[in-house]
Amino acid sequence: MNGDALWLRARIIRAIRGFFWDRGFLEVETPLLIPANAPEEYIDPIPTLPWQLQTSPELCMKRLLCRGHKRLFQISHCWRAEERGQKHLSEFTMLEWYRADSDYNALVTDCEELLRQVATACLSDAPVYRYNRTIVDPFVPWAKISVQETFLRFSNTTAWDCLEKGIYEEILTEVIEPALAVFPVPVILYDYPAELAALSRLKPGQPELAERFELYLAGLELANGFSELNDAAEQRKRFEEANRSRVKDGRCALPLPERFLDELDEMPPSAGIAMGIDRLVMLAAGAESIDEVVAFTPEQL
Amino acid sequence: MYTVADLKKGLKITLDGDPYLVVAFDFVKPGKGQALYRTKMRNMINGTLLDRTYRSGETFEPANLEDRQMEYLYKEGTHYTFMDQATYEQVVMEEETLGDAKNFLLENLKVDVMLFGEKAIGVSLPNFVNLRVTATEQWAKGDTSGNDSKPATVETGYVLRVPPFIEEGELIVIDTRNGEYSTRVKG
Repeated sequence: MNGDALWLRARIIRAIRGFFWDRGFLEVETPLLIPANAPEEYIDPIPTLPWQLQTSPELCMKRLLCRGHKRLFQISHCWRAEERGQKHLSEFTMLEWYRADSDYNALVTDCEELLRQVATACLSDAPVYRYNRTIVDPFVPWAKISVQETFLRFSNTTAWDCLEKGIYEEILTEVIEPALAVFPVPVILYDYPAELAALSRLKPGQPELAERFELYLAGLELANGFSELNDAAEQRKRFEEANRSRVKDGRCALPLPERFLDELDEMPPSAGIAMGIDRLVMLAAGAESIDEVVAFTPEQL
Repeated sequence: MYTVADLKKGLKITLDGDPYLVVAFDFVKPGKGQALYRTKMRNMINGTLLDRTYRSGETFEPANLEDRQMEYLYKEGTHYTFMDQATYEQVVMEEETLGDAKNFLLENLKVDVMLFGEKAIGVSLPNFVNLRVTATEQWAKGDTSGNDSKPATVETGYVLRVPPFIEEGELIVIDTRNGEYSTRVKG
């Protein structure tokens, strides 16, 4: 980690704050230590008995939407047990923002404007993002491809086939992501199989699809956004389903966020998104490893 | 027993009955999906490389490796015999397994033998060994050809470049890490 990367990181965070303040978003801080996260099949919270560290500020942010706030953003630390690699830190920094009375299309526009503004403000020499050997220009039109089309085009199979055969993650990381890695523009991968959307709304008239998208730059997954599910009964069913899968895998069931479920029916139709700040700094710095953009890695403590 | 959380460069595990060294490791986790642990491993017996991807929940047996100090006894054909001085236990290693180490093995040399269970799979030598030169050409005084080294054969049969002033019968120090001449043993 060099000093330049720390300065770049600080400038990016300042630019993000400016971006959302200028658009009338309320910056909030919600508790990091919470009684329950959204139970997900493959995300493990770090317990700090009797509660747990947040894996995402999602639930508290949505409860603020229920209270009538229309535009919210937060930059906070999140923790996910046993996630450590070149692109992962168990403790990392997440940007989340939420829009009431909107769907996921509004978030795609936000992403376009945000990445352009950050590039302009922080990368004056060359306003592009870099990862491995790919240079990504955020100022030209972005590539928008459905998950269905992506799997057909690059792997000759469907996401549903892969899910059924239990090879979805392998195909995604070994075939799809390398294919996206050479795109010279940001890529929006949209409309995921409903099975892969624990908290998002299904597509009206196409219940096999969820209104969820992921933003990729040079094959690096940067953000995950969706139209929010605001049906408490359906949400409870999905949490219970996730817990059943966890137990079947030999993992522990997680507590349900009861207060969140109590209030969820009050939430207006909304859209929300999570973006990894460490990865955004990696892309801005042209770093190969997340270790290069944080002050300390866990191994250095 | 190791789990995927223990995977890192340098970890030694047993796979299909052979010891493997993890030489590259990456953790991958697509958005909200299951974590994958990608590894590249080297077979510690035959050196072949292997790519393997694991999922959480998978477990590994550690490679039961032990370094034991032993003395090199003798060679018979392509078999090299070593003995543990404390237990008098003997192990035999193939020339192929020894690799370059065979160039520096002189009877009674103390080395660390790496054992995988009962099987010897390699040796670590001292960094420097003394070996006697058994054959090398005379250095003609006044030779102006400019050569600053000449070939020499040592008592193990190994051939290396030495400075021109080294003569037959002299004891020299060889660096076993690169196989090069280091200095002359005086006296």
